[in-house]
Amino acid sequence: MNSFQHSVKCLNESFICIILFYRMHNTKPAVLILEDGTRFQGKSFGYDTAAAGEVVFNTAMTGYPESLTDPSYEGQILVTTYPILGNYGVPPQREKDDVSEYYESDRIHCRAIVAQDYSWNHSHWQADRSLAQWLKDEKIPGIYGIDTRALTKHLREKGSMLGKIIVDGAPDIPFYDPNRENLVAKVSCKEVEIHGNGDKTVVLVDCGVKHNIIRCLTRRGVRVVMVPWDYDFTSIPYDGLFISNGPGNPDMAEATVANIRKAIRIGKPICGICMGNQLLSKAAGATTFKLKYGHRSHNQPVRRCGTDQCFVTSQNHGFAVDSSTLPPDWEPLFINMNDGTNEGIRHKTLPFFSAQFHPEASSGPKDTEFLFDEFINML
Amino acid sequence: MSNIDSTIRKVLLLGSGALKIGEAGEFDYSGSQALKAMKEEGITTILINPNIATVQTSEGIADKIYFLPVTPLFVEKVIQRERPDGILLAFGGQTALNCGVALHESGILEKYGVKVLGTPVRAIMDTEDRELFVQKLDEIGVKTIRSEAVNSIDDALRAADRLGYPVIVRAAYALGGLGSGFCDNEQELVTLTEKALSFSPQVLVEKSLKGWKEVEYEVVRDRFDNCITVCNMENFDPLGIHTGESIVVAPSQTLSNEDYHYLRKLAIKIIRHIGIVGECNVQYAFDPRSMDYRVIEVNARLSRSSALASKATGYPLAFVAAKLGLGYGLFDLKNSVTKVTSAFFEPALDYIVCKIPRWDLGKFHGVRREIGSSMKSVGEVMAIGRTFEEVIQKGLRMIGQGMHGFVGNRPIDITDMDRALAEPTDKRIFAISQAMQAGYSVERIHQLTKIDRWFLFRLQNIIDTSRALSNAQSLQQLDADTLRSAKQQGFSDFQIARCVLKDSMTDAETANLSVRHLRKSLGITPVVKQIDTLAAEYPAMTNYLYLTYNGSENDITYLHDHRSIVVLGSGAYRIGSSVEFDWCSVNALLTVKQQGWRSVMINYNPETVSTDYDMCDRLYFDELTFERVMDILDLEQPHGVILSVGGQIPNNLATRLDKEQVNILGTSARSIDNAEDRNKFSAMLDRLGIDQPRWRELTNFDDIHRFIDEVGFPVLVRPSYVLSGAAMNVCSNTDELHRFLRLAANVSKKHPVVVSEFIQNAKEIEMDAVAQDGEIKAYAISEHIEFAGVHSGDATIQFPPQKLYVETMRRIKKVSSQIAQALHISGPFNIQFLAKNNDIKVIECNLRASRSFPFVSKVLKINFIDLATKIMLGIPVEKPAKNAFDLDYVGIKASQFSFSRLQGADPVLGVDMSSTGEVGCLGVDTSEAILKSMLSVGLRIPQKGVLLSTGTPKQKADMLESAQLLHKHGYRIYATGGTHRFLNDNGIPAIRVYWPSESDMLPQALQLLHDKEIDLVVNIPKNLTPTELGNGHTIRRAAIDLNISLLTNARLASAFIRAFTSLSVDDIEIRPWNEY
Repeated sequence: MNSFQHSVKCLNESFICIILFYRMHNTKPAVLILEDGTRFQGKSFGYDTAAAGEVVFNTAMTGYPESLTDPSYEGQILVTTYPILGNYGVPPQREKDDVSEYYESDRIHCRAIVAQDYSWNHSHWQADRSLAQWLKDEKIPGIYGIDTRALTKHLREKGSMLGKIIVDGAPDIPFYDPNRENLVAKVSCKEVEIHGNGDKTVVLVDCGVKHNIIRCLTRRGVRVVMVPWDYDFTSIPYDGLFISNGPGNPDMAEATVANIRKAIRIGKPICGICMGNQLLSKAAGATTFKLKYGHRSHNQPVRRCGTDQCFVTSQNHGFAVDSSTLPPDWEPLFINMNDGTNEGIRHKTLPFFSAQFHPEASSGPKDTEFLFDEFINML
Repeated sequence: MSNIDSTIRKVLLLGSGALKIGEAGEFDYSGSQALKAMKEEGITTILINPNIATVQTSEGIADKIYFLPVTPLFVEKVIQRERPDGILLAFGGQTALNCGVALHESGILEKYGVKVLGTPVRAIMDTEDRELFVQKLDEIGVKTIRSEAVNSIDDALRAADRLGYPVIVRAAYALGGLGSGFCDNEQELVTLTEKALSFSPQVLVEKSLKGWKEVEYEVVRDRFDNCITVCNMENFDPLGIHTGESIVVAPSQTLSNEDYHYLRKLAIKIIRHIGIVGECNVQYAFDPRSMDYRVIEVNARLSRSSALASKATGYPLAFVAAKLGLGYGLFDLKNSVTKVTSAFFEPALDYIVCKIPRWDLGKFHGVRREIGSSMKSVGEVMAIGRTFEEVIQKGLRMIGQGMHGFVGNRPIDITDMDRALAEPTDKRIFAISQAMQAGYSVERIHQLTKIDRWFLFRLQNIIDTSRALSNAQSLQQLDADTLRSAKQQGFSDFQIARCVLKDSMTDAETANLSVRHLRKSLGITPVVKQIDTLAAEYPAMTNYLYLTYNGSENDITYLHDHRSIVVLGSGAYRIGSSVEFDWCSVNALLTVKQQGWRSVMINYNPETVSTDYDMCDRLYFDELTFERVMDILDLEQPHGVILSVGGQIPNNLATRLDKEQVNILGTSARSIDNAEDRNKFSAMLDRLGIDQPRWRELTNFDDIHRFIDEVGFPVLVRPSYVLSGAAMNVCSNTDELHRFLRLAANVSKKHPVVVSEFIQNAKEIEMDAVAQDGEIKAYAISEHIEFAGVHSGDATIQFPPQKLYVETMRRIKKVSSQIAQALHISGPFNIQFLAKNNDIKVIECNLRASRSFPFVSKVLKINFIDLATKIMLGIPVEKPAKNAFDLDYVGIKASQFSFSRLQGADPVLGVDMSSTGEVGCLGVDTSEAILKSMLSVGLRIPQKGVLLSTGTPKQKADMLESAQLLHKHGYRIYATGGTHRFLNDNGIPAIRVYWPSESDMLPQALQLLHDKEIDLVVNIPKNLTPTELGNGHTIRRAAIDLNISLLTNARLASAFIRAFTSLSVDDIEIRPWNEY
């Protein structure tokens, strides 16, 4: 073999090697840069572009399709602490009774997703595409090969911070702070929508509603009139008011708070979830504050105040109600058993209550779905 | 205001007895945790557990310990004596649960006012009785596997017709799926039903759901109805393989959020309806093509799975369950890892764990290798990492059967690949590897195995990476990316070297080190991560650690002050190494800590107490390979390492660690090598003038014959390369020798065989001792009841010896001192001797703690490991003032066999070990101790008839006195031909019975067994060669399958018969350990 043949052989071998390598990881290098300058080098598995937002972590071990489509994640880069992502692919995007069948909205709201390890092959009877394909279809970057535990600890110590992902070859972009924007306005519906039917009418204020809230209500046989976040629903007749979850800073949704104040005076039953808890609290006169790194997981323990009843809840919020600022005719309904923060409030005499966690789950445990029943029973 | 029930001041806990297949070390762990929880409340604790090798039966864990059988009779006697306020039934496996149910049903608990803490007995019975269970779940519309309870074979056949084959048969109230299996046709159903009916009056016939996923949830409930699921787990092997036989991952990998929470919600609904207070697990069959499910079973107690879940999550299930039993709410308790957050929460994992069973089927003659709905594995490992590839490869190394991971292994013999995939055996994972290497697609393997494609895709990644590695011509050619991704997929340095160097790899050790140096130079080293239950959401001071290549930052900041001592654990429980080494490891850790050092543990066995993170200052739940131990030592930089308390696995690392300048505490690596290397050790004995059985290492048949001409038959033959079956055999004649060496082993220059003189009718004696700088500080001499030829791990051991000449003892002590001095031993060691007429010969010497250390330590009440550890730490110790002659009681250590689980295996004892566990009981004399210990390992005193077939003339004569005793005590004696004649000649009436081969003669021995006319079988094989066919095997096997007491050794049988004929059960003294 002469030297030419030899180098051809070597080339061939390395070519085979490259093909093999690419079968395994058809990826570009990508980097996650935090606003404090910390860099995490990884590889892209989603859409090859740049994205910026607030970096938050979620310790749930399942539920990426639900989380990615949860409007509360608007403007955020989601870090999953469970190291392996994409195992069961993504269920089809289709609607059932006017809402998404498997998703929590009609699109991905996260700016990007970050994991330790991506599962290139998925396996589930419901899946019709891979997570990577879905991210590409929706032009959302995904990055893996990152020590998400180290990243989570960093966020835990320093608090949630801004970050951006730059996939190799994509132009750099500036940091973006979603909390300075009115995200609720951004994700809320623009027109009134009617879902389900029944004798009772529930007005659902859409601050970025998860579709499972709509499903949980309509399944209980009520007519849901879903209105935009700033809609003056007091002009329409209703039997109960429901305030949805939503992204960002509750201070941005003053218009909703003003309407809730009117509803309190009307006196019909009111229930709120997550952002809904914060807005109801503000309407009652309490204040909210930003948590250091928020609650985002499926395992948040809450206790119903004054009882021995405890529940494992699904949560996704960065702001919390300051219980000490509740006026005398209001009281905490639930409390977080880990850090003692407020997990819900209620009026001492009138049918108003709300929960900071997600009784509709999706993703997460369904242990508190009975709160929907409690609300419906008040109507 | 406290929620605790203040009337409970004294609590009785039932242990699980000897380790057996289906009920092993996990109950030492859960029992120890429960006792700890009681102690924290200031409650007095009483423990009944004859398993003397456990941690829970050590000083300071329970206030009083009874080494007695966990049976209603003995438990009642203890209750009578102790009058406890409460009893804990959920921490001793099926044994404790069954015993508790019996005590409840007979009104004993009520009679003595003993309150069952935690889950009420009613709820236990609802989960144990299949019919009640199905009814109970029907009430809440939860689907169970369609099954019909039957009490006869005819009903079973009718039920199967209605359900349609294949069906599964299970015995009710049986542990670990005992007596259960799949039947494809009527014939199989008849065989299995009969067997199952012999274990339980009720048998269940169910529709089989082969191919469905199997998923488990560990659920906790307090009396306030608060529920959590601590962990879910998914079996890699689909339904059809017992969960104890499956590779299992946690958390589930192929369930969507909807699937996960659907099953979780159901689990909570079930536990509430049943009314569990404490912990239980719910097992599901889950359709891979829809959300259809069936509940397989609910275990209303701590289980193998709950121990695994505790280790997998860091959530101390047993501890919490015990507290809930006292009346606490989950909200009263704190997360024991974070110390600040609530125990009412569900752990979030940021890693994946993989459990792999360890089988030892090769140790048994005639056993079926297929795995299925009944458990056969003897131990398990748990691997922690951050990719599936990483954990499966770690795990496959951990099981310790010469495998290096998923690839890079010596190929196994597979004649029919499709069959090897479709009909699972203990080797199936390796069949998958070989199929993938042979080009089988994921889809094809999925079709054959029904294993979820996701797992197979991830395994395919490993194969792809091994091919990428193979493309490199030399280690230097490896690029950093490929190397790193291989390490992220759990490749060991050895696997990488083998993939790259292929056949050119001559010296594995050098190649390993080259890869190690290469990757270190490229900065490719593992990072250490914590298990903190909350996925880093809250700061945790946890010391529960693992290493991974899937990360860039250590969770730990190292002080490097050289104030830590690393103790290497014993790895997977296997035949020959189990809970006794865990006891040794735990005691070493305690002493290390007590002496002011930081204790560090490395081990990976989820069934152990040593892997409980509050036993040490730092727990590395990781491999005990040279590579991983060095990784940890590089990070930890300890003062030194203790290798001598974890059995053979750490001992084997001595020389290699020594070469890397690791400070091995105690006896030097060189001395260890001098004892381990047969030639060096033998030469040393010759030099010291110490006798040993003659032996030679030989490479061809001519030399073997020449040597046998010299020493005579029988001989002990140990091939260096075994094709199948046992690694060691006794051969009594040329035929046997040839059969063994031709069929089972390979003899060549490359594979020499060691042939040793086998001395018959010799006593075997154990010397367990601790020395400092070559001087013995403490020792215990114990004698085997059986003559040499029964493996020391299977033998019944008596301490202090009752029948040894003083001169023999003196000589043993002298020889041991000589050896200790010559090897300059500092630490624990064990020497085995043969003794015949005061002549003693050394057969083996181990410079580490032996299996009998906990037994002799507890009988003598001198903790040998504490002493040894102090010596290894360099602390001068005094010789304890007490010695064995001062004891006015006797300890008997007896072995537990699990033959009933090993279909087809010949239940006969030989030179290779086959017991899975042991008990140790104390008595005022040999008979009392023998009786207690034999009853503890499951033998029963016969009520009706005894079948004798007693082997050779010599053995027949040995048994004569026993036969007379049986006759005198009114037992009906049945005997086969030769034995019958012998008994008649000696004036003992016996009924002649016939062998299966004499099928036209009546009465047939087998029939009498089936009719339960015989309730003790003494069947002594004529020679030491086990045969798979033949009459003896059939009878022995029938006794096991029909759950009839069986003894196969003349000396042990005599001792047992002497004991139960001279002593009634009521004469047995109920005395706790501390009162001896």
